[in-house]
Amino acid sequence: MTTFRVNGRDHDLDIDPDTPLLWVLRDELRLTGTKFGCGIAQCGACTVMLDGMPRRSCVTPISMVEGSEIVTIEAIEGPEADAVRAAWTAIDVPQCGWCQSGQIMSATALLQAIPKPTDGDINDAMAGNVCRCATYVRIRQAIHDAAKTLEG
Amino acid sequence: MKHVMWAVATAVFCAAPVWAQDGLSGPDAFAGIADEQARSVALFEEMGKVLTHPRCLNCHPVTGGPTQGDDMHPHSPPVVRGEADFGAAGMNCNVCHGTANMQLTSGSGSIPGHEPWSLAPVSMGWQGASLADICTQIKDPERNGGKSLEDLHEHNAHDGLVGWGWEPGEGRTPAPGSQELFGALTRAWIDTGAACPS
Amino acid sequence: MGVITTRRGFLAGSAGLTLGLMLPLGRGRAQMTVARPFAPNAFIRIGTDDIVTVLIKHIEMGQGPYTGLATLVAEELDADWSQMRAEGAPANDQLYANLAFGLQGTGGSTAMANSFMQMRKAGAACRAMLVAAAAREWGVPAAEISVAAGAVSHAASGHKSGFGALTAAAAKEPVPDDPPVKTADQFVLIGKDRPKLDTVGKTNGTAQFTLDVYRDGMLTVVVAHPPKFGAKVASFDDKAALAVKGVEMVRQIGSGVAVYATNTFAALKGRDALVVKWDDTAAETRSSAQMFDAFAKAAAEGGVTVEEKGDVSVMSGAAKVLEAEYRFPYLAHAPMEPLDAVIEVRGGKAEMWFGSQFPTFDRPTVAAVLGIPVEDVSINVLLAGGSFGRRAQGSAHLASEAAEIAKAAGRDGAFKLVWTREDDVKGGYYRPMTVHRFRAGIDAEGKIIAWENTVANQSIMMGTPLEAMLQGGPDNSSFEGSTGLPYQFGARRIGWARMESPVSVLWWRSVGHTHTAYAVETFLDEVLEAAGKDPVQGRLELLPADALRERGVIEKVAEISGWTGPVRDGKGYGIAWAKSFNTYVAQVVEVENQAGIPKVTRVWCAVDCGIAVNPNIIRAQMEGGIGYALGTVLHSRITLGEGGEVEQSNFDDYPMLRISEMPAVEVAIIASEADPTGVGEPGVPPLGPAMANAWRALSGQIQHYLPIGGAMS
Repeated sequence: MTTFRVNGRDHDLDIDPDTPLLWVLRDELRLTGTKFGCGIAQCGACTVMLDGMPRRSCVTPISMVEGSEIVTIEAIEGPEADAVRAAWTAIDVPQCGWCQSGQIMSATALLQAIPKPTDGDINDAMAGNVCRCATYVRIRQAIHDAAKTLEG
Repeated sequence: MKHVMWAVATAVFCAAPVWAQDGLSGPDAFAGIADEQARSVALFEEMGKVLTHPRCLNCHPVTGGPTQGDDMHPHSPPVVRGEADFGAAGMNCNVCHGTANMQLTSGSGSIPGHEPWSLAPVSMGWQGASLADICTQIKDPERNGGKSLEDLHEHNAHDGLVGWGWEPGEGRTPAPGSQELFGALTRAWIDTGAACPS
Repeated sequence: MGVITTRRGFLAGSAGLTLGLMLPLGRGRAQMTVARPFAPNAFIRIGTDDIVTVLIKHIEMGQGPYTGLATLVAEELDADWSQMRAEGAPANDQLYANLAFGLQGTGGSTAMANSFMQMRKAGAACRAMLVAAAAREWGVPAAEISVAAGAVSHAASGHKSGFGALTAAAAKEPVPDDPPVKTADQFVLIGKDRPKLDTVGKTNGTAQFTLDVYRDGMLTVVVAHPPKFGAKVASFDDKAALAVKGVEMVRQIGSGVAVYATNTFAALKGRDALVVKWDDTAAETRSSAQMFDAFAKAAAEGGVTVEEKGDVSVMSGAAKVLEAEYRFPYLAHAPMEPLDAVIEVRGGKAEMWFGSQFPTFDRPTVAAVLGIPVEDVSINVLLAGGSFGRRAQGSAHLASEAAEIAKAAGRDGAFKLVWTREDDVKGGYYRPMTVHRFRAGIDAEGKIIAWENTVANQSIMMGTPLEAMLQGGPDNSSFEGSTGLPYQFGARRIGWARMESPVSVLWWRSVGHTHTAYAVETFLDEVLEAAGKDPVQGRLELLPADALRERGVIEKVAEISGWTGPVRDGKGYGIAWAKSFNTYVAQVVEVENQAGIPKVTRVWCAVDCGIAVNPNIIRAQMEGGIGYALGTVLHSRITLGEGGEVEQSNFDDYPMLRISEMPAVEVAIIASEADPTGVGEPGVPPLGPAMANAWRALSGQIQHYLPIGGAMS
């Protein structure tokens, strides 16, 4: 039995302890905004917040999240997340959209750590999130725009 | 769980003499070297097989971020050292590396993990350094995190992240020998004066 | 049943709305079975809440048809953009055919081009019916009624109404056969940037993709495919697989061995535990190196002539002859959402949910596998997490595999077929590996007097249901872009040598242009240099005076990039252009030398795609195409090792472009009144050659083998 909290709700699941959090979120909890892209922590599409820090759910065994608090794209909020979403929408960042949940998670984590990131900071923090549509120009722009909003 | 098993294994083996295992010789192999300093150097050179193994070197870079694999290619996805030797803000090591190795299901191999997990500090960067330089560096409290020789032995013999080098998960070649043997070599090296190769 | 989530959401959000109230009803629905390009009722639903939903006949995979086609309807309907919604149209050949192909499918960057008039006519028809209804209700002449931003009004009487209140009455009006449409100067929405209709759902986790579909009692299925192309299952042992908790059954199907489980992780574990022996009798066992040698030999022999002008034997009189051989590896499309499909079979009928890019082929294939009539197969076309050609399958292999899984289960039920990234990277349907062979002769004045180019690769279409479209001719998609060049070369001969292999191949974002543009535009650059000409000026001189659109994009990109020549301030600059899918794109690439590695810092792009329906989407597709192409040129190759097994498996050894590698991009859209053409693919072809030209100018290194970082044999 693994006990953890997702988007403010407690869960007790009797499940193979090796099961990646990704498949628990999707198959068991039907939180499908978190995406499967590679399964080996290469693409970042499965990124969630685990106890406030970004984490690739595809390489997180459910046994590791015992007692933890998880937030997914469906529920992430707060000044940084709100600013990121608004910036993403304003310039239509997504194309196919598959990677964008993960991009938004990483961008939010970056702005929580560095409110006004440089291009270098963005390169470093977003390096683990692949976008096959290559929406990178707009991802970079949207992060800068979100940082400006947060400045007020 | 793994830590417990380690402790048990170490306790069992410590009583017995340590023999060569998996490409690493024990201290006894050097007993025949009469000159103590020469023996000390030889012991360190044997320790060097561990120190310069890709399992250790990959996380002891001098410039840039960690490397991966026995060919020590750049880490993928690209990562940087970061201010705390723990990756970039928004993408620290724990984004992927968990508290233990994780076996992959769809692909082969595993994602390595341990608690804690981080790069060795820049002052302990070894990639490309000669064994002589590594030796000087490893003994220098200014660069080794303020460790005495005894601390160093403790670190080599019992530190969990050092020990990961012998349990690196599927898809990775373990460091030669065992942490126990490495600890014994370190002990013997210190006891013989901790001499460095020239 | 049969109601997809997006539609359910639509209904739930529209108080009191039923299908019967949608526009038009009754008579209109009867017309839905008639095969005709104009069927507004099949494309537009207006709710009593004023929401206008456009059923989009082209799959949305990031290239923007939801927004683009909805714009066309909104324009002629005079709707307000805020009331517009888009939804994928289901599989139906008659209603939703691509007018460019005569079958339902998305490809060749045709979505906007073939829909441009159809969707506008649909919008105009709806508008006319709303106006007629208002005129009847208000007792005023229709000609005095105006429509703007979603409001129908009659100024003299003060009557005003939204669309929703008029739908019931409008539905009783006849559908006009050929309603007039606006002239370009009357456009309100076309040509302006508007928010994309699918953006919000893609930022909050609510957008529904195939993998997100869960049906009651559904099993997740993964398939063990053969490690070599063309191999078959010899035998398998499923004991260990069945011992995995959650694994329900294991079945052999045509493409391999399928593992069915109650969740994805159990299915994957079960497949890992499966032991399969493969029969390699018919398999490709050559390595890429061996295949390249065979392809190169065939290219050197000249192939069959597919285009000829003049007599290339004048080459013998040339002052200088240049020769080159190019090698392009197999490439996986690697859409971020790996292939997947959900199929539910109940009582002899099948319903599917997936990113079906060619419903025309998928539907009958599924019917044939299951042995049921085509009418009993319904396909809900969902958003796709990228495709780049991967889901456009003449073979319908994904739908077929899903149907085989349902059939092999031996019982009714719902099944979700999931491919992992490894399945995708190793799974074939690649951009064909290709060898180009060139010879060009220049005279003493630097004029190109003869040009020879032979292409050796597999055919994408031959051997598939698409072969009929070739009508016995060669497969143009193998060499398009080598042929049809507007350059005035003197004599020319283009040859094609068709290669064969069990390795499956498929169109890959911009198809033949992925390699022809690279080969032609880099070889030409070398020839121009040998002739002492500037890359921009030299190209313009080769183009006839009436090649206005070609000249237009080249001149524009030279202008916005401030072109002064191939090297400036220690940076390299290269130009290339291509016409693909009737769209003209020229790009200039700026490259820096970072310790021997090319770093692309900026790209300028000029695009002429006719009327720019949504400039925002056009810019986005150019940016994305540039990034897609750059990652490919820098990193991408699929290789077969000794014995024929694919050597790559996932993004660690088949790397994608990452954000730090993405250059700044400036896009200029050429003003045009020509009918719109596509933008999904045409941004790709010029980037590689423009970059290689810039890098050659800067570093002296010639890149005839791709990728740039790879050491091809």
